[in-house]
Amino acid sequence: MLIEVKDLVVDLPSSEGAVRIVDGATFGLAEGESLGVVGESGSGKTMTALALMGLAPAGARIGGSIRFEGRELVGLSEEAMRGLRGDRIAMIFQEPMTALNPLRRVGAQVAEPLVLHRGMSRKAALDEAVRLLEHVRLADPERAARAYPFGLSGGERQRAMIAMAIGCGPRLVIADEPTTALDVTVQARILALLEGLRAESGMALILVSHDLAVVAGHCDQVLVMYGGLIMESGPVDVVLGEPRNPYTRALLEARPTPGAPRGVRLKTIPGSPPHHREVGPGCPFAGRCEMTADVCRTTRPPPAAFGAGHVSRCWRAEDLEPRR
Amino acid sequence: MSAGERPLLEIVDVRKVYRLPRPRPFAPHPVRVALHGVSLSVIPGRSFGIVGESGSGKTTLARIALALDRPDSGVVRLEGASLFDLPRRELRALRAHMQLIFQDPYGSLDPRMRVERIVAEPLAALGGVSRAERRDRVAQSLQAVGLRAADAAKYPHEFSGGQRQRIAIARALITRPKLVVADEPVSALDVSVQAQALNLMSDLVREAGVTFLLISHDLGVVAHICETTAVMYRGRIVEIGPTDAVFAAPAHPYTRELVDATPRLDLAARTAAPADRAPAAHARAGGCPYAPRCATAEPRCLAEAPTLTDIAGEGRRAACHFPLGLDRKARR
Amino acid sequence: MRGSLSLRLGAALTAALLVVAALSFVWTPYPPAAIDIPHKLAAPSLVHWFGTDNLGRDVASQIIAGARVSILVGIVAVGIGLVFGVALGLVAAFMKGVVEDSIMKACDFVFAFPALLSAIMLTSTFGPGVVNAIVAIGVANVPIIAKLTRATANSVLAREYALAARAAGRGPLAIAFDHVLPNIAPSLIVQATTQFAIALLAEAALSYLGLGAQPPQPSWGRMLSDAQNVLYNAPRLAIYPGAAIALSVLGLNLLGDGLRDALDPRLKARS
Repeated sequence: MLIEVKDLVVDLPSSEGAVRIVDGATFGLAEGESLGVVGESGSGKTMTALALMGLAPAGARIGGSIRFEGRELVGLSEEAMRGLRGDRIAMIFQEPMTALNPLRRVGAQVAEPLVLHRGMSRKAALDEAVRLLEHVRLADPERAARAYPFGLSGGERQRAMIAMAIGCGPRLVIADEPTTALDVTVQARILALLEGLRAESGMALILVSHDLAVVAGHCDQVLVMYGGLIMESGPVDVVLGEPRNPYTRALLEARPTPGAPRGVRLKTIPGSPPHHREVGPGCPFAGRCEMTADVCRTTRPPPAAFGAGHVSRCWRAEDLEPRR
Repeated sequence: MSAGERPLLEIVDVRKVYRLPRPRPFAPHPVRVALHGVSLSVIPGRSFGIVGESGSGKTTLARIALALDRPDSGVVRLEGASLFDLPRRELRALRAHMQLIFQDPYGSLDPRMRVERIVAEPLAALGGVSRAERRDRVAQSLQAVGLRAADAAKYPHEFSGGQRQRIAIARALITRPKLVVADEPVSALDVSVQAQALNLMSDLVREAGVTFLLISHDLGVVAHICETTAVMYRGRIVEIGPTDAVFAAPAHPYTRELVDATPRLDLAARTAAPADRAPAAHARAGGCPYAPRCATAEPRCLAEAPTLTDIAGEGRRAACHFPLGLDRKARR
Repeated sequence: MRGSLSLRLGAALTAALLVVAALSFVWTPYPPAAIDIPHKLAAPSLVHWFGTDNLGRDVASQIIAGARVSILVGIVAVGIGLVFGVALGLVAAFMKGVVEDSIMKACDFVFAFPALLSAIMLTSTFGPGVVNAIVAIGVANVPIIAKLTRATANSVLAREYALAARAAGRGPLAIAFDHVLPNIAPSLIVQATTQFAIALLAEAALSYLGLGAQPPQPSWGRMLSDAQNVLYNAPRLAIYPGAAIALSVLGLNLLGDGLRDALDPRLKARS
């Protein structure tokens, strides 16, 4: 196992006391595998990703265990964490315009991890940066390296950020909504690029997204998060084909299916996803879930296994009728 | 299009050009053509979708359709009346019939106004509505979108994103418009909330006789509401026709690219990842704007820009010298 | 929380200033202009709380009455700035194009002259006195408010709810009053308190130079100027008006800071 997360808890301070953002996340990822983390607002998916990198906001309390390459990351000194970031674990963010420094040339930013972790000279790192930009299929990599971020398009900036992330050959890349801000055709190309890079370097990928379909097409495993809890996890075909959690099922049914008759009412989930403060002691989905029972409101459902790594947290998983 | 049905909205050969600041003091102003002569007709009762990515001009087109921007040439007619030739007062009266919903449920409501004033605003422009009637109509509109009449007294920040979008829809409906232009109405909403908004829109089509001009980058959303769809690329309509036909068997290579790029949940339908290539050549003036990206481009495409022409009947048109074979089923 | 401390302290000081000015209309310990040479330069005592100046006038009364002038100048000058500045700023934001550019360039032009210098020029040309001082300071305020109004109005007009109002058929005046003004009001209020402080200082400076309020009207600035002559004998005569000016300006600035913190974050959506 490349990375093993057990009972990860992230609490953030607030004026009303600590608010739990991530509640007991447990999952693992092997070398070269890809994991999709799906959730709506308030699901805790982004905070999970940040916690893996040790980038949770100042004041956050992290509990539980994150073992990466056999090493415990929770409680690791900031200095040691910095040695890992950009070198063994890298991150790609959603909005490349704000994730890239607008005042520095792109080439210099891509070269930075190389100088930091590989000890390369400025010149050698810049040359390697151009090679990396070409590797991520930027047209005219030399021009891109000399340009500032505002001189590139959204898709080009994202490619540059990917180049920056893979420069040192990390074993794990975490991509937080990397294509949400991009056009769908650009999104397809970027995701294809990530797939290609993964195949050739054997790096593992954690892809955080609100879009189930993106994860369906590009990941081996999936985590479905809601209200800070992992509601369901497992191989993507199994979880999406035979969901054992009402939330997963509801998410699947809420999308307009191509080919369905026009104007047919979609199955909706009444209400909206909760704020972190509003999550009660029971299942976070209690109340919105059409199968809510009394126990759902009072006690968190424990994870239950359904074979082949398929885990679901639901008191009434057995009562779910088979889909279609 | 059945004969004799007067179009609700007609856009005829609309062109819009933006003048950019000049690079040097006496150099000419570079010009960016946002719309290259776009035409379409929206029939009452048949919602119309416009699909395109950034730079396609779809938002510019939406603003011109609502007379919020003037085109540089071309005509826009609402129920036969040419919007840009009308005197100010008549145009204002016509606005009752065409309303707008935006993408951003947080920015489209004035944070300092109560919901009642926000929803009633289009009535204020109409004039002649008494206080009592205003309150009634606001209550009706709110209830029609699944909110409560009591919500009129609250402020926007007291509502969630999905609810704010409903308030925006309530505002758009209060004058009982015939045409509602919706610019990415569900993109900013959570998935579980999007379905609620889409259901609401379908209900409005069915029960309130609203016709939507729906603009989105999301093909699934457009397919759910619109009978007819136009696909735009860089200021031009490249394909237009009945939605199901256009998405199931695209004629234009760009439509094909969009359909293939859209992530599908359907496990069986997952296509191979599109080849990630840099554009082969740069677009040449006078040629097809899509040619550099096109997988099936020929030399003729770079030299000569195609025009929208009929293909295979049923009101389908595509701007391509080599439209994709319509007998080819969508790759499954 | 630091924000609310600024607000409370600023509000308290400003309120004190206003109360003192209001009080001066109904009561002062002595008539401020009453000359009493035998008791000149008296030290502070129970009879004269702050003592007397070089003409025997009660200093405390002068301080209290001087507040009147400061407030008057502040309110009217800022009022002029707001009325004309907001109008110009709105016209610039709505009309755009050449009109917007010309208005802004005109503002820049007026801006280029140091406010105090132009006030001095104006008052020396048209004669000293409170009215001219007010006009001069008011005119200097207009470009600042106009630029702020234009910038904030533009950002409001770029928001979607302004577009929605246009789509609903509302005209520019309706949009200006219903949407733009309420949303730019917080920035204007904060700027107005800052301008108030500046106006107060400017009036003190003008009076110090003899170009502001003329005797027998009491003014803190002129008290400072008078105190110069007896600085070695009675430095307190400079300290009292100086402290009054400093505390008032401090109060107004703190109020502005506190308001900025109080008004802006509340606008950000809570959800």
